[in-house]
This record gives sequence, structure tokens and C-alpha cells, in this order.
Amino acid sequence: MSDPLMSQGPACEKVLLVQAELDGELDAAQAAALEIHRAQCPVCQAAQAELLRARALLRAEPYEMTPDDVRTRVMARLRRAEPQIAPAPRRARWSWAWLRGPGLGFGLGAACAAALSLLILLPEHGDLTDAIVADHIRALQPGHLEDVVSTDQHTVKPWFDGRIDFAPPVRDFAAEGYPLKGGRLDYLDNRPVAALVYQRDKHIIDLYVWPESGAGPHLAGDTSIQGYNVVHWTQSGMNFWAVSDVERGQLDDFANLWKKAPP
Amino acid sequence: MARVRGPGSRGDVAIASGEASFERVVLPHLDAAYNLARWLMRDSEAAEDVLQEAMVRALTYFASFKGVNPRARLLQIVRNQAYSSLALNRGVATVPIAEESDLPAAAELVSCDDNPEAALLRSRESRQVRALVAALPVELRETLVLREFEECSYKEIAEATQTPIGTVMSRLWRARQLLAQAAAAEGLS
Repeated sequence: MSDPLMSQGPACEKVLLVQAELDGELDAAQAAALEIHRAQCPVCQAAQAELLRARALLRAEPYEMTPDDVRTRVMARLRRAEPQIAPAPRRARWSWAWLRGPGLGFGLGAACAAALSLLILLPEHGDLTDAIVADHIRALQPGHLEDVVSTDQHTVKPWFDGRIDFAPPVRDFAAEGYPLKGGRLDYLDNRPVAALVYQRDKHIIDLYVWPESGAGPHLAGDTSIQGYNVVHWTQSGMNFWAVSDVERGQLDDFANLWKKAPP
Repeated sequence: MARVRGPGSRGDVAIASGEASFERVVLPHLDAAYNLARWLMRDSEAAEDVLQEAMVRALTYFASFKGVNPRARLLQIVRNQAYSSLALNRGVATVPIAEESDLPAAAELVSCDDNPEAALLRSRESRQVRALVAALPVELRETLVLREFEECSYKEIAEATQTPIGTVMSRLWRARQLLAQAAAAEGLS
């Protein structure tokens, strides 16, 4: 091939790190160190361009869902093996099949089950982290994600005026790979909060913001619940909670963009 | 690690059993399993056979999902099933895929695009890209598919393919390198 770099294999040992960064596998410190190296390494710069081209080819491809007939046959086969198996949820990270407990009966329609699951996912008096993840999951339901849809921080920010008793900071990180998608109102920690919606590749990041109450730190901080990563920090008198199914490194990266942003 | 909990009194039993149930742990990853089977087998019938066997196996050995990443575990079962199926029918593995009828992408793309010419071009490109991925050696193909289509982490790919992370990284590198070269050779942007 015409490209000597690609045909001869990695000419710099750090190209696998370039790839790892692209794949969201580096934490912020590693990424920063790599950035310094890459700025002066033409091999790594070329590698990055090549990797991005390869990715662009694939990212345009639609995801192939299991065809309905295949799904039906698989479920039939599983039920023959184990009769109590409930239908498979479609490409969801959680399901409400487990709601089919003895107390709930089997006759509930899907919409009803969905509504119920949302209630049940919200803890009565539990951990704020759980509530945030539950809210994020709820927001991922169709039509729940944004109340104001705009990639413009100057549209999203005023939208909160009059709807909420504080002015949340709103920033767009499109240039860094985290474009702002919009915002919505939510209710957490016994108060209305601002939720900013960001996108990272195919993933959604919800960022919840509300003023610090001085009630002391909440119990759980950075954690992972059912595949969702949660990062918490405070800044300029505000609580920030970011939750998403992006890789932990990317969520940390996102949090760092916020922390580094001028107040 | 914290968990999403339901209201204590009523929910505990149902959720405790529910949390560990096959429906909750394994079935959400059915699409991922199908997708991997589809790419490994390169034939929709063979893929369904692999998926069926893998899902029954996952149910039978459901206990082995305890304490591990369920998606990676399921993908590992699919992969093992696919590999034994490929070993049994060596012929199947070398049949080139990407027959036109095999690719639902074409119809979808035409229908959602105002400009039929552009859509046609795109569907042709899509077919080419899929054919290029399908032509990759199986260990590169599975690594690339898990990363790009399933968005698995390196760790998950390592678990699913029972391969050290370093090998995952170099396979991913080689797969992308081959793909980029082949795409350039075919004039794909």
C-alpha cells in the first residue's frame, strides 16, 4: 500500500495508546501524557488519522437488530427449556421482566409495566446515586430525554430561567467530543434540578446540576450501577452529577472538561 | 457497589430473584449475541443456529454468569459455539458473504433519504464495507465487531474472546489497518 506507516506496522510504540485513547480506554492523565507525545510524533498523528478513517467507515453502518422471527424462535426454544422465561427486551440495558413477581400478576400491559418499573426504580428514601441512575434510565425512554432541544448553550441556559430557582451553568463541549443536546427539568434530592443532556458517540450523558445545600456530602460518589457510571463533583457552589453508560474514562474526561472550564 | 432498589417491603423478594434472573441478566444482550453470531458465521441461517445453541447453553450454565460481566460471558458462549460450528463445517467459513438479499441496509437507506442516487451510492458503500469486514480473518473480525458495533471495552473483548488485553489491542490495530487499506484500495472514503 502507499501508506508506509500502515503497511509496515506500528513505527512508534505509542500508536496502540493512540488507539486506546480513541477507544476511550485512557484515563485523563494518560490521555494528557499521550497528547504531549502526539503533538511531536508524526507517526502517531498519522496513526490517529488512519484510525479515525477506519472508524468512520464502520460507524456509518446501521446496527443489525435481531430479526423478529429469529427472536421469536429463540424465545420459544428457551421456553421449552424453561417455561417461565419472559419475553426478551429489545436492546435495553435493563428490563422490567423481573417485575413479574407474584404481587404484580401477569396481565399488565407493556405500557403499564413500563410506568410501574419507573416508579419502582425510584427509591423511596434511598441513596441519591440510585435515584440519579433511575432518573437517567427513565430519561432514556422515548420522548423523555429533553424538554428543550438545542445544541446552543445560549438557548438552553435561558430556558431554565423562571423554571428553576437558580441559574445552572450550561456549556457545550462539541469541540471536545461531547456536544450539548438539550436540557430538561428533573426532581432529585427533594428539589428541582437542571439536567443537561450531552451526547458521546451513541451514548447519552445526563449531567444533573443544582446548588449545594450545605447538607454535607452525599454518601456515594463515583460508582457504577448496572452498567451506568456515575461521577460526582462540586464546583462554584453547585452539585454536579454525571451519569452515562459511556466508559468510565470518558465520563471522567467529561467531568474534567467541566472542572477546567472557567467559572 | 450500590444497586437500584425497589421499595423495601414488597420488592425485596421479587427483585432479589429478579435481579439474578435469566431475563434480567442475559436476555438484554440478545441483540449483541445475534450480531456477533451474524458476523462470525457470515450466514444468517448458520448465525441463528449458533444463537439458538448459545442461548440454551447460557440458560443451562446460567450459574456461570454469577459475578462476571454478563454481556462478555454471553458473547464468549456465542463465540465458542460459533467456533465449534465453524470447525464442523469448514466450508461455510470460506463462502464469501454479502449476497445482496442478505443486507437489509440497502432498503432502509433508500427509504430514509431524499436523494435516491446518494442513497444508492451509500448502500453500495455500505455493502462494500460489510464485505471488507466479513473478509477479515475471524480473530480480527470478532475483535473489530465487538469494539465497533457492540462498543465493548477492551476488558470485555478480552473476556469474550479469552484473549489477553495486549492481544486484543494489536488485533484491533491490525483489523483497522487492513480495513483502512482495503477501503482505500476500493476507493472508499
